[in-house]
Amino acid sequence: MNINDVILKTVSKAVVLIILTFGIYLFFSGHNHPGGGFIGGLVIASAFVLMFLSYDSETVSEALPIDFKKLSGLGVLLAMTSGIAPMFLGGAFLSQSFGYFDLPIFGKTELATVTIFEAGIALTVIGVVVNIILSISEDE
Amino acid sequence: MYLLILAILIPFFFTALIPLIHNRVGSIHLGWLVLIVPLTLFSIFAVHIPAISNSDTLMQTVHWIPSLGINFTVYLDGLSLIMALLITGMGALVVLYSIYYLSSSDSFPHFYAYLLLFMGAMLGVVLSDNLLVLYVFWELTSISSFLLIAFWYHRKNSRYGAQKSLLITVFGGLGMLAGFLMLHTITGTFSIREIIATIGQYTDHALFYPTMFLILLGAFTKSAQFPFHIWLPDAMEAPTPVSAYLHSATMVKAGIYLVARFTPIFAGNAAWFWTVTLVGLVTLFWGAYCAVRQTDLKALLAYSTISQLGLIMSLFGLGSAALHFGDGEQGALYGLAIFAALFHMVNHSTFKGALFMVVGIVDHQVGTRDIRRLGGLMAALPITFTFAVIGSFSMAGLPFLNGFLSKEMFFTASVNAARLPIFGASTWGLVIPIIAWVASVFTFVYCMIFVFRTFFGTPQSKKADRKPVEPTLGMLVSPAILCVFIIGLFFAPNLLGDHLLRPALNGIIPEISGATPHIYAWHGFNTELFMTLGIVMVGTVLFLTFRSWIKIIRFQPAGWTFTAIYNSFLKNLKRVSNWITTHYMTGHLPSYFAYIFIFFTLIAGGVLIYTGALSIDVTSDSPVSVYEGLLTAVMVIAAISILFAKSHLSAVLLNGVLGFSIAIFFVLFRAPDLALTQLVIETVTTVLFLLCFLFLPEWTAEDSSKRTKFRNALIAIGAGVTITLIGLTVNSGKLFESISGYFENSYELAGGDNIVNAILGDFRAFDTMLESLVLFIAGLGVYTLIRLKLGKGSGKDEHQ
Repeated sequence: MNINDVILKTVSKAVVLIILTFGIYLFFSGHNHPGGGFIGGLVIASAFVLMFLSYDSETVSEALPIDFKKLSGLGVLLAMTSGIAPMFLGGAFLSQSFGYFDLPIFGKTELATVTIFEAGIALTVIGVVVNIILSISEDE
Repeated sequence: MYLLILAILIPFFFTALIPLIHNRVGSIHLGWLVLIVPLTLFSIFAVHIPAISNSDTLMQTVHWIPSLGINFTVYLDGLSLIMALLITGMGALVVLYSIYYLSSSDSFPHFYAYLLLFMGAMLGVVLSDNLLVLYVFWELTSISSFLLIAFWYHRKNSRYGAQKSLLITVFGGLGMLAGFLMLHTITGTFSIREIIATIGQYTDHALFYPTMFLILLGAFTKSAQFPFHIWLPDAMEAPTPVSAYLHSATMVKAGIYLVARFTPIFAGNAAWFWTVTLVGLVTLFWGAYCAVRQTDLKALLAYSTISQLGLIMSLFGLGSAALHFGDGEQGALYGLAIFAALFHMVNHSTFKGALFMVVGIVDHQVGTRDIRRLGGLMAALPITFTFAVIGSFSMAGLPFLNGFLSKEMFFTASVNAARLPIFGASTWGLVIPIIAWVASVFTFVYCMIFVFRTFFGTPQSKKADRKPVEPTLGMLVSPAILCVFIIGLFFAPNLLGDHLLRPALNGIIPEISGATPHIYAWHGFNTELFMTLGIVMVGTVLFLTFRSWIKIIRFQPAGWTFTAIYNSFLKNLKRVSNWITTHYMTGHLPSYFAYIFIFFTLIAGGVLIYTGALSIDVTSDSPVSVYEGLLTAVMVIAAISILFAKSHLSAVLLNGVLGFSIAIFFVLFRAPDLALTQLVIETVTTVLFLLCFLFLPEWTAEDSSKRTKFRNALIAIGAGVTITLIGLTVNSGKLFESISGYFENSYELAGGDNIVNAILGDFRAFDTMLESLVLFIAGLGVYTLIRLKLGKGSGKDEHQ
């Protein structure tokens, strides 16, 4: 297909950035506002999907050398590990903890271990969604 | 701190490391690195010997699901210690042996990964105190042994043997799981310690006997007891180091371990006594009888393993009588049987391990294991011959070798059992020593066959594939160490007895504190010694006249075996399931939906009516606003329009309308998280649909008969009505107190303002974790289905 998609390409360059930023914001704000690992991951994945749609997959693969299969595996592993780790510190499987810290720039900040778990979920979602869409779109 | 728990996990960690390191080690054999693991583990357990022999026990707990009483509790007493030492000790020797045994065409990373997986699983079985954790590791041994047996998966027999062992042991394992759950119902705990402490109050429970038999089913299938023994000979398709490990030292001992571990729970009971004893004795006899007629050395050893396992099993059965008597002279007398069982278990591991390695050497150096093609190897393989003599004479129970001691104790126990005053043994007890004696004669005969037919007689080098020479030194080290043990244990048996066997005995029957059995090499001219003399005499005569009677034994009508029953069962299973599958899997999507919706309507709707939960109460419902009404109208129109769509594109778009309307509903109901998710999912789904567009067939209007249409309409309306009813009923009928109040404390409990997120990440994280796992697996599924088309990589398999 050789349609002239200059507009799509130009727009998506800017839009992808916005979507990515929004996705990352959603991911971190999840604990107190709408958002979280699953939604954040989905939004970031949709940014990648947009890139693959407006450019061909070779160009994007060159610019983004990520193996999305491995990424999803890493995500599952991270989520599981964050569940198993507290077992060795006397807690139950998947128990999470949080605390408030004074950080130099951010001031009083809440840090929660659940973020690690959520990061695992987000990576899984990104990996799986992009992987499925790539697989289907590259099928002959 | 958690050293024992780490000890179980080390093999798993190392398994995960193997794919990363195997390319980097270069010319070093991967086995040398793997060898570090069992050696380290062995020393971790060995340092506990002094403490355990002082009757200490060690317990470490890591919480897993404490709310359900499922904790990763590791318990080290005499029994688990002796098992752990066997697993790691034999593991080290087997890894060492395998370094020289495997050929360069074998895949080392796979072999050692499976082996370590298996080792970790076995350690988990013998060290867990929690029934469910034990079960998890138990099935992991089944799976890892499946992988090991099928290591040469391009051979049809390997795949057959692996499947057989998996089906039989997992079948038993599932029965055992049911038994464990019943045990939990009876006692209210999953901890074996606590069950042993309280079981006395529950012996009258209605589930007591079902529990016992289900758990025994697990133990018998795993330990290859009659009639479940049929998987073990086929499991010999595995590489010989694997056979040496799985089927002489570890996996089959899991069942033995289970019986030993559960002895305090069920023993002192006639049903347990007779079941374990008789199954053990029948296995002992049948295994020995079948071993005699084998022509393959490994098959011979396989049946001999079955037989020896039967011996150990029957000893545990006999010893369970001790719990009926408790502390005292009688208790000590019968407790001796358990002591003998433990002793024989250790001895069996030493001599059977050595013998398997001998067979491996013969196979490796001569190229065949068929007795009819072997002979006269003594001159060519003098060192191997020595090992063979030591191993098999020990197995036959001849003096100056450790097998003699435990065999004599077995006879003592069986003679004692004949005098047992309880369980009706006064009438039937004499059967026990008679079966034991006859089986031992066969044992003697096959041990002699093993040595004399292989190493004596005329050399048959013409028939063999290669000119036999002694193997490299490395291959001889492991059997040599085992042979040192075989002889050493004869001269210093009480070293083992005092430091390992006695604590293990106390671990099984702590009540009998006065029992300190002492092992004597010379025990006077008594019944046991005369039984042994009789065995040697009759056995020698039978061996010398072997050719004249073996034809009678080898004659057996085809189809009169348990394997034939197993095969025909599998064949019929395949036929029936094929028939069922072809009838519902028509490849026609509408019929799948019809099945799903019919079942849904019947089951969900049926339950709703049957339980009387159907009660609709609309008085407290909030009023429907104009927006909601409009949105519903849009959705209804979109849904109906899909039915009349003329192209793919309009159908996809109408479907999108439905999805986005739901998102708007979420917005209206102030659920921003759900709305966001729904929006993104809907977008991604639409993109997916558009991608598939090219491959979809032409949109054809369905041309079905009026009757089909009417039927479909009925099903659709039924499903719709059921869903609506469920929706309306949910609010009126509440069986339980609402738990939503708990989640409202998300800020205090989880530090999050967002309840939805706190539920997903903190309160119900297990759901989230498993969902992400499901997503991951689905993603892999899509990838493999599309990218790796069928046909690749299956070319080199045998398809006989």
